[in-house]
Amino acid sequence: MDVEFAPEDAAFREEVRSFIEENYPKHLIGKDRGDLSKEDFLAWHRILHTKGWVAPSWPEEFGGTNWTVTQKYIFNEESARFGTIPPLPFGVGMLGPVIYTFGNQEQKDWVLPGILSGDTWWCQGYSEPGAGSDLASLKTKAVLEGDEYVVNGHKIWTTLAQHADWMFCLVRTTSGDKRQDGISFLLIDMNTPGMEVRPIITIDGGHEVNEVFLTDVRVPAKNLVGEQDKGWTIAKFLLGNERSGIAGVARSKKAIDRLRDIARGELEDGEPLLNTADFSKKIAELEIDLTALEYTELRTLASESRGKGPGPESSILKIKGTEIQQRITELTMEAVGNYASPWVPAAEAGDNYLTIGPDASHGVSQTYFNNRKTSIYGGSNEIQRNIIAKMVLGL
Amino acid sequence: MDLSYNSDDNAFRAEVKEFIAEAFTPDLQAEAARSKNGYISKQGHITWQKRLFEKGWAAPNWPAEHGGAGFTPTQKFIFTQEMDAAGAPHSIPFGLTMVAPVIMAFGSEEQKQRFLPDILATNVWWCQGYSEPGSGSDLASLQMKAEDKGDHYLCNGSKIWTSMAQHADWIFCLVRTAKTEKPQQGISFLLIEMNSPGVKVAPLVTLDGPAEGQQEINQVFFEDVKVPKENLIGEENKGWTYAKYLLEFERGNPYSAGLNRSLKKVKEMAAEIEANGDKLANDPDFARKATDLERQIMVMEATELRIFAEISAGQNIGPGSSSLLKTRGTEIQQDVSELAVEAIGQYGFPFVEDTLASTNEPDVGMDGAPMVVPGYFNKRKTTIYAGSNEIQRNIIAKAVLGL
Amino acid sequence: MDFSFTEEQTLLRNMVQSFVQDNYDFDTRMKIIRSEEGMSREIWQQFAELGLLAAPFSEELGGLDGGPIETMVIMEELARGLVVEPYMPTVVLCGGILNRHASKEQQETHLPSLIAGESIWALAYSEPQGRFNLADIVTSAKADGAGFVLNGTKAVVQGGPWADKLIVSARVSGGQRDQDGVSLFIVDKSAAGVSTQDYPTVDGGRACEVTLENVAVGADALIGEAGKGFAILDEAIDYGIGALSAEAVGHMKQLNDATVEYCKTRKQFGVAIGSFQVLQHRMVDMFMEYEQSVSMTYMVNMKLTESEAERKKAASGAKVQIGKSGRFVGQQAVQLHGGMGMTEELNVGHYFKRLTMIDTQFGNVDHHLKRFAAA
Repeated sequence: MDVEFAPEDAAFREEVRSFIEENYPKHLIGKDRGDLSKEDFLAWHRILHTKGWVAPSWPEEFGGTNWTVTQKYIFNEESARFGTIPPLPFGVGMLGPVIYTFGNQEQKDWVLPGILSGDTWWCQGYSEPGAGSDLASLKTKAVLEGDEYVVNGHKIWTTLAQHADWMFCLVRTTSGDKRQDGISFLLIDMNTPGMEVRPIITIDGGHEVNEVFLTDVRVPAKNLVGEQDKGWTIAKFLLGNERSGIAGVARSKKAIDRLRDIARGELEDGEPLLNTADFSKKIAELEIDLTALEYTELRTLASESRGKGPGPESSILKIKGTEIQQRITELTMEAVGNYASPWVPAAEAGDNYLTIGPDASHGVSQTYFNNRKTSIYGGSNEIQRNIIAKMVLGL
Repeated sequence: MDLSYNSDDNAFRAEVKEFIAEAFTPDLQAEAARSKNGYISKQGHITWQKRLFEKGWAAPNWPAEHGGAGFTPTQKFIFTQEMDAAGAPHSIPFGLTMVAPVIMAFGSEEQKQRFLPDILATNVWWCQGYSEPGSGSDLASLQMKAEDKGDHYLCNGSKIWTSMAQHADWIFCLVRTAKTEKPQQGISFLLIEMNSPGVKVAPLVTLDGPAEGQQEINQVFFEDVKVPKENLIGEENKGWTYAKYLLEFERGNPYSAGLNRSLKKVKEMAAEIEANGDKLANDPDFARKATDLERQIMVMEATELRIFAEISAGQNIGPGSSSLLKTRGTEIQQDVSELAVEAIGQYGFPFVEDTLASTNEPDVGMDGAPMVVPGYFNKRKTTIYAGSNEIQRNIIAKAVLGL
Repeated sequence: MDFSFTEEQTLLRNMVQSFVQDNYDFDTRMKIIRSEEGMSREIWQQFAELGLLAAPFSEELGGLDGGPIETMVIMEELARGLVVEPYMPTVVLCGGILNRHASKEQQETHLPSLIAGESIWALAYSEPQGRFNLADIVTSAKADGAGFVLNGTKAVVQGGPWADKLIVSARVSGGQRDQDGVSLFIVDKSAAGVSTQDYPTVDGGRACEVTLENVAVGADALIGEAGKGFAILDEAIDYGIGALSAEAVGHMKQLNDATVEYCKTRKQFGVAIGSFQVLQHRMVDMFMEYEQSVSMTYMVNMKLTESEAERKKAASGAKVQIGKSGRFVGQQAVQLHGGMGMTEELNVGHYFKRLTMIDTQFGNVDHHLKRFAAA
């Protein structure tokens, strides 16, 4: 057991830190996901791509960095400390690993470069109105006609589909006894006739998710990844990857720093809120929980670096990580007191709104509202607890 | 809407207070203060119960014709509140509130004559034989057998979690008299004398570490115990109905008065304990926790008042009400006992086995410390017994939310 | 001891309930909050016609002689429709202050138009630096002849954009956080020197920042005795908490009913998700939070007219309860509705947002726990 970083790791950290500081686009500093245009999303992605750092988790042969587990950890930590906008997760985090693991050579050749460069924006077509936690009950149907699939159905909660060029999609190709059988993994061009994206506005007023309607969408058969009817294996593989990055320890640390700054500026009876017994205790409790999570993640990481894949324990990271994120956003909202009340619509955030209350208070309620999604998506926290009950405790 | 009591009720409250001032004598107070598990000595309980009997208040729940106190619902509420506020011993429920109503409703005239007067006067001590090692929340799965042998039943099996069985003269038991498809159907309600040959009581030592003979719960073994048929209540194989009948009287107990008393004790301790050069009671964290508990108890009281106002108005209380009181009441109880553990800090370590035994030695650390941690350990039972809080939530889910 | 409602109170409840059902469905509400003004003057006029604006005032002033229980009933039912019209600031807060503490003359001047729905009021009591401390006031009121001149900034004035009149807390003497020296003034929003910055709030309402620059008011603007306004304000906020508790209870009831209903019909893994025990127990906990909040809401509204200490204890106790319960019920209602609970389209998220902000309104859990301990 050793929690110290080696000297070469310290040097690496220095390299990462200065690269970010020197190259991160100035106009993006401090910007939140809610305020970003499509180009904003991609700007840092493209810089990382040029540097060769856009997909550290990929094997080197496909464009990865060949970093050690520790280096990857450091890179994530430094990125979060600075508050960079992460590379688009749908391609780098989700689809990329699927393609280099299950795709054929031709698919590798045309999908992976677009993901790395950011030239192709992917979105995820998994959930359906009737298939949320119970993903296997999905109904979007694909029928093979000649060398094309004809797809009909309805996807929901499709994040940033409004920007997407392509969608990877779970479809039903056969109705079998076991619902998990008969699902296939298809790549669909968003420009195909019959694809329609409709926005869903969430309670924070943001447009992050969408519904996607598919009506007689014709998809070339070569866009099938893996075997027909065997898509469930791929879907599960992808969900496992999705969970592993979700603890968000470094980003939560940064959020706690920001919370502390806010609480230093807020006054209660003339005293900084940060110095009051109640508030300082709540922050301390958060930090302790976060430290425990950090060490849980490090333990997981250590076993990964010994070659073990992320097990069902990664559900712990999802549950605790999202619960902590939610508590931070809640406490941040609490910190600004009455100024949690004004609503600052992202699109209209002009000078007029920026003068209400302290700068720090802007959008904190919306962030809190928005973060309620985290315990719902990516397999709700109830489902994660079911996974632990079944896979870890053997219940 | 109106929160005030009428003058009759106020007069009654004064009478209860006056009775407590006289009857809850210093010797009994001392015993109550030194209990780890809420029980005092057998003699202490009997003394207290007899004083209530002389006052005519031994059985607040009984109808007047059998010698009950004849309280109105509001009086019953006030009576319990005042008893709890004073920290008076609880009456032992097994005879007075558990077996007696069953005898009144389903027993023969002879059984009523034979058992009720002694229960009222606490001349006999009863215990309850329901749970078995294999049947906890699922009571109907019980196995203890009673075979028909002409003029008697031959009983074999065992009962568990039997509170104060070591003091008991009688036990009322649910036993299996027939194997049926529905497990509820072959159960009978039987009264068994504890000194019958073949009855054996084995203590179960709980986490609070009771002294010998002061254990709260036991396992009772029955080996070829002969029970006269005249001890059967009602009809054979109908025992489940009788056991369920009791539940209809379950209207929830008020918790707030007792909780306030427990919290007050914790605060008094905290006012004595040094922490960072000040008293612990002034520590903002501790004060916050104590205040929040005080507030939760106030909420409890508001809910109790609502529910008991409905009862007084002759309304049926909603099916979830007693479950709500039980769940929240016991959870707050546990939180209060936990705060006491936090308060006394390292003086929670010393262990005293027999806290009821009088001694001239002062308690190590501070007065009352030896009961604190055992009290906390013991209170863990409250969310398990009398229908675990999980079962209570099931009841609410089904009966109130229709899930 | 009696927790039952009188026949009149039940009739009042039924009337408000059917008004909300018939005139304030979710779509209507969304249209109203998205409109330029953010409230409906038409609905407000209907409130006046139904007598809702007259409810708490004495009969001689044209009121219906109701008390806190009537206000509670009205607020609970308005809450079920998430009504945004300014009943709280106009009737409960400002109307309450005028009713209990204004001079006969002031009452006769102001109440008839308030009751008729012709003037909307807002209470400008908080300040940017003051957080939840009602006495943390730097806005000054300097005596000037018979009147006063006001200078300062008031923060997050709920309903302010719609208001014709404000009741403003300002300091005539004493240090920044002294309770002594606080006064309440009636200020015309159109008076010279009053400027506002209006904005929507995250829970569907409207509020504003109010700047007072050498605003001159006459002697008839002062409510009660000069420098003795804190007790009036403190009491008004407790009355506000009584009404706010009822509002929260109305929201929780809606959310609990909707959640149970949703879980009975939403199927996953081939069964209704309401059959999962873990979700059942969550809904039971939501139910218990609701019931405890109802208890405290009754209690605080019965104790508003008791002694000051009892009133404060009850109000702060209730505020903590609805703050905690409202957060819990709101969060879990969203969670159990899954993604749908996150959408602007479904009403669940809107109740959740309002319940979230109810914890902040009039001071949050931490603030009121301390006030409870001190009371």
